[in-house]
Amino acid sequence: MQLNEIWFLIVGFLFIGYFVLDGFDFGVGMSLPFLGKDDTDRRVLINTIGPVWDLNETWVIVAGASLFAAFPEWYASLFSGFYLPLLLILAALIARGVAFEYRGKGHTIGANEVRWKATFDWMIVIGSALPALLWGVAFANIVQGVPLNADHIYTGNLFTLLNPYGLLGGLVTLTLFWTHGLMFIALKTEGDIKERASKLGTKVGIATTLLAATFLIWTLVAHFSVLGFILSAIAAATLIAGLAANFFKREGIAFFLIVITIITAVGSLFAALFPNVFPSTTDLAFSLTIDNASSSQYTLTVMTWVAVFMIPLVLLYQGWTYWVFRNRISRKSIPAGAH
Amino acid sequence: MHAAIPAVLAELSPLDLSRWQFGLTTVYHFLFVPLTIGMVLLVAIMQTAWVRTGKDKYLHMTKLFGKIFLINFAMGVVTGIVQEFQFGMNWSDYSRFVGDVFGAPLAMEGLLAFFFEATFIGLWIFGWGRLSKKVHLATIWMTALGVLLSAYFILAANAFMQNPVGFVVNEEKNRAELTDIGAVLTNIVALNQFPHTVTASIMFAGAVIASVAAYHLKRNQQVATMTTSLKFGLWSVIVGGIGTALSGDGLGLAMVQTQPMKMAAAEALYNTSAPASFSLFTLGTPDGKSELFSIRIPNLLSFLSTHTLDGEVEGLNDLQAQYVAAYGPGDYMPVIWITYWAFRWMIALGALSFLVAVVGLWMTRKGTLSVPKWAWNVAIWSAPVPVLGISLGWMFTEMGRQPWIVFKLMKTADAVSPGINGVDVLISLIVFTAIYGILAVVEIKLLLAAAQKGIDDSETSDTKPEDVDKLAVAY
Ligand code: HDD
Ligand code: HEM
Ligand code: HEM
Repeated sequence: MQLNEIWFLIVGFLFIGYFVLDGFDFGVGMSLPFLGKDDTDRRVLINTIGPVWDLNETWVIVAGASLFAAFPEWYASLFSGFYLPLLLILAALIARGVAFEYRGKGHTIGANEVRWKATFDWMIVIGSALPALLWGVAFANIVQGVPLNADHIYTGNLFTLLNPYGLLGGLVTLTLFWTHGLMFIALKTEGDIKERASKLGTKVGIATTLLAATFLIWTLVAHFSVLGFILSAIAAATLIAGLAANFFKREGIAFFLIVITIITAVGSLFAALFPNVFPSTTDLAFSLTIDNASSSQYTLTVMTWVAVFMIPLVLLYQGWTYWVFRNRISRKSIPAGAH
Repeated sequence: MHAAIPAVLAELSPLDLSRWQFGLTTVYHFLFVPLTIGMVLLVAIMQTAWVRTGKDKYLHMTKLFGKIFLINFAMGVVTGIVQEFQFGMNWSDYSRFVGDVFGAPLAMEGLLAFFFEATFIGLWIFGWGRLSKKVHLATIWMTALGVLLSAYFILAANAFMQNPVGFVVNEEKNRAELTDIGAVLTNIVALNQFPHTVTASIMFAGAVIASVAAYHLKRNQQVATMTTSLKFGLWSVIVGGIGTALSGDGLGLAMVQTQPMKMAAAEALYNTSAPASFSLFTLGTPDGKSELFSIRIPNLLSFLSTHTLDGEVEGLNDLQAQYVAAYGPGDYMPVIWITYWAFRWMIALGALSFLVAVVGLWMTRKGTLSVPKWAWNVAIWSAPVPVLGISLGWMFTEMGRQPWIVFKLMKTADAVSPGINGVDVLISLIVFTAIYGILAVVEIKLLLAAAQKGIDDSETSDTKPEDVDKLAVAY
């Protein structure tokens, strides 16, 4: 196996890690208006991800930086080409991040606490839903190909990306992350809120299944590969099985299965892409591939050593963090009079 | 869409707007980061003092300054993501040309430092009482280690722009390729920038701590804890200040060696001189090409640049001629008045902060009761002085490198993304300015509120574990 193939896998791994982890953060954020009947409920919801959302979000920073190091041409063409969607994602992530930190601090500056919290809660909702949608739009368009000229420069505009396949991809990630977040809430909470999360999870899950099935079939028809077929099949099977497990109140299994769904569904997109990384619809010859977009052999070697040592270590200490915060959260964990 | 752009908007230069945007967002990011760097170290020291002595006042200090650290940290994180994305969004030709070299330290920063820091900070915030005292103390030190590592890698990336090393240019692929990662990571500029930035950050954090303490001591409240905080803060300014000056000296030598044009610009030294004097004040001709009047200290510039009293320092005009010969016609001088004044004010503001700390320690040597009100006010208002110095230092560093984005290798004008148009960048510039402006107001209010509230006496060393969830609720 060549180093640039390994780095294609590592970049895929990092994005999958990001979608699995920040995916449920997005889902929890989107659920605030649906499950958070009062402030205590909303705090329960937010506290399920309180200690971990920052490290989950860090996965996208690392994925982006790894793309930069291993495939600079891809990073350059992609990030400058998707300028406005990325701007929206950045604005949303900023809003979400500060909202988590600042929503409970309004009383310290004598703000109207109800309005203060409502504002920040909406920032969390939008800051979660918008990236959940836009990442799907972006990835669907990467797979489908975009207009790139001979210098690999994007020649479309924002509306080029809002095509049916791209929008469908966005709706799939939006609903899939939402389902994922609801399964996570069911797993991490106790009492009434858990019941409601599980019920809503069934409804959103059914919508997800329909959208995802259409999208995966569309992807297979357009970019068939055996691996892609296997991964899509697993994604579909685990999604349905996950919803069934949720229905029978086995929230641990349900959550685990949806994780597999995300891994295999995103994996099938990377399989559909390979060996291209950014296909051109203007002329296939203008496409970026793992060969013409990658860094030099020396850089890839250095980075491979770093990744080989660091990724297992990262998984280890992040796993430990999840273990430390394994307790379920309920209304009882929120002290009376807390802000 | 492009056809619909009115003529005025079509004239907008993506290059100029991208420069404004990058400068704005980076300086903004670096208002918060130095407080993070300095404060995480000082809070770790406070918490260590608490774990070793068990004294409540250290716990109170840890909690109070830990809170200030966290309010600030959030801003560093959200503005940092923007930084990471901007290289690709606005500077894609830069990313294409040097990505093979420059991407490596950024990716290492992510894999080695950001994950580390984001994980352990979560454990520290929510780990009070859930983790044993010692393990919990370890988490803040781990966070500090992550913060320092991330600073080192990003500075190594920046140092490559100042002094490119460890690469060859591959003509066929038209890009710079990494040949020696060791050279990139031990760039002489990075080795000097790192201690300089860290010590300047400690100065800033120390000044903030002293300012908070002065606020309460002026009102004669929370006296025991705040007296300790005041001394701790002022000593941090002094130690940080000495470190900043010593490392700045090293950085100056490295700069003369690697970017003589920047030193000449810092001095507005038009003609090569041996010995060279250091000017305190200079007026130049309107076009900035020569000098009209100045007040000078003999031999000082020679000493700063070469550590000898009569060493030769190259002047702007000679360097300009050299560069034209080497790189073709063009203007190779940065904007002289900016580099000149930014360099002076960086040092002056640091010296001012240092002076305040020395006088403050002397005035409070026999207790805090006899200190007059105006002195407390000076201490309170001194908090932002170091960070202004830091911002000016960066403006000097980055603008002094112009017109190059990577010194002698690539010009800023060639680095901007070819695919983006002025309207897109104008939109993003407006969006970032608006968001950052609003956040600055909220952030400052929250920081001031936390500072003015001061310590929470209800927390003591023997708070029961059952009460811990209450303390841990951060949201
Ligand atoms: C409180 C802040 C502060 C203070 C008091 C000083 N500096 Fe500084 N300086 C910085 C904060 C700073 C900085 C913002 O942190 C910079 C920007 C880039 C860097 O690495 O550090 C910087 C850059 C910087 C550079 C430019 C490096 C380059 O472009 O490659 C030089 C030569 C010096 N400093 C030298 C000094 C000297 C001789 C000082 C004398 C006492 C001094 N600094 C005090
Ligand atoms: C790794 C660290 C850094 C990198 C890679 C970097 C890179 C860049 C780039 C690409 C530009 C655009 C070129 C230009 O506008 O001239 C720039 C400009 C600028 N940067 Fe940096 N920078 C770094 C650190 C910083 C920091 C920490 C600050 C300050 C807090 C800063 C302040 C500026 C300013 C003020 C400009 C505008 C200069 C001008 O427009 O002439 N930079 N830098
Ligand atoms: C222009 C280049 C820069 C980029 C691309 C950049 C990138 C980032 C990113 C992505 C984060 C968020 C990390 C997280 O989620 O935990 C961050 C935070 C941070 N950055 Fe920057 N940064 C830049 C300039 C600098 C410089 C010059 C320094 C130090 C000398 C620095 C030091 C830090 C530190 C210590 C943090 C963590 C603490 C905090 O969040 O406040 N950064 N940066």
